[in-house]
Amino acid sequence: MANNLFVDSYDVASGAFQTAGDASASIKRKLKQLGIDAVTLRRVAVASYEAELNLIIHSNGGNLIMEMSPEEVLLISKDVGPGIPDISKALEEGYSTASEEARDLGFGAGMGLPNMKRNADTFDIESQVGEGTTIKMGFTIKR
Amino acid sequence: MKVSELMTLLDAKCVTEGANLDAEISCGYSCDLLSWVLAHGKQGMAWCTVQTHVNVIAVSVLMEMACVILVEGVEAEEASLNKAIEEGMPVLSTTKTAYEVCGIMNKAGIAVPVE
Ligand SMILES: Nc1ncnc2c1ncn2[C@@H]1O[C@H](COP(=O)(O)OP(=O)(O)OP(=O)(O)O)[C@@H](O)[C@H]1O
Ligand SMILES: [Mg+2]
Repeated sequence: MANNLFVDSYDVASGAFQTAGDASASIKRKLKQLGIDAVTLRRVAVASYEAELNLIIHSNGGNLIMEMSPEEVLLISKDVGPGIPDISKALEEGYSTASEEARDLGFGAGMGLPNMKRNADTFDIESQVGEGTTIKMGFTIKR
Repeated sequence: MKVSELMTLLDAKCVTEGANLDAEISCGYSCDLLSWVLAHGKQGMAWCTVQTHVNVIAVSVLMEMACVILVEGVEAEEASLNKAIEEGMPVLSTTKTAYEVCGIMNKAGIAVPVE
């Protein structure tokens, strides 16, 4: 994306439940400061929280990256594994492989990826077992 | 309706010091699955749950809710209370069930969240 106004990146560690949501809260705060409209802000906030929690619950660790241009917000979640064997299944509402520990905390409804897809204007997911998963989401800013 | 008025109706206590009890409630909801709440959460929502960990506060703050209502006397974890106080999110505690709380909120005219 050329002409970026703002780029921000956060490390998200696997299993970091106690600090879960901090990266998303920080992204939300920054977008608010940058004067983004409330509707887009909310959509980005939901998608970034879901992506962050998936990094914590399902991945071996990764990054959450936010890029803002005058036209759109780009949100990228990139991790170092384990990858998703069947992406279409993972995208189904209700499908979850969340651990017992995660379920006890109220995760594992199998709604995270559908929530991301529903809130983003563009949604692209690539995954390779043994390599990792990358999700790119675009949000057109309302004027 | 304000959070303080709902507290009276529910006979609930606020367990977070310094929270804004004048916040206006826009709608009510009950659910313990966080992704579900993220799909249906609204600004000004009063949310009933039995989840007590810090992610409940993260979700309520992200959604800019009016308050979290912990039902059936469940106690918030200390980390949750600290975060709620830091963020100014009111956490109410009641011995009533989610079912009773929703019944009272419904009767008092608190709306169902609209998509
Ligand atoms: N970054 C990731 N790495 C590996 N697997 C993933 C990743 N993200 C999602 N998955 C897989 O896709 C499934 C569905 O993800 P989704 O976010 O929709 O639901 P969930 O995280 O299981 O539950 P919820 O998000 O409702 O709490 C997960 O259970 C997991 O198997
Ligand atoms: Mg998820």
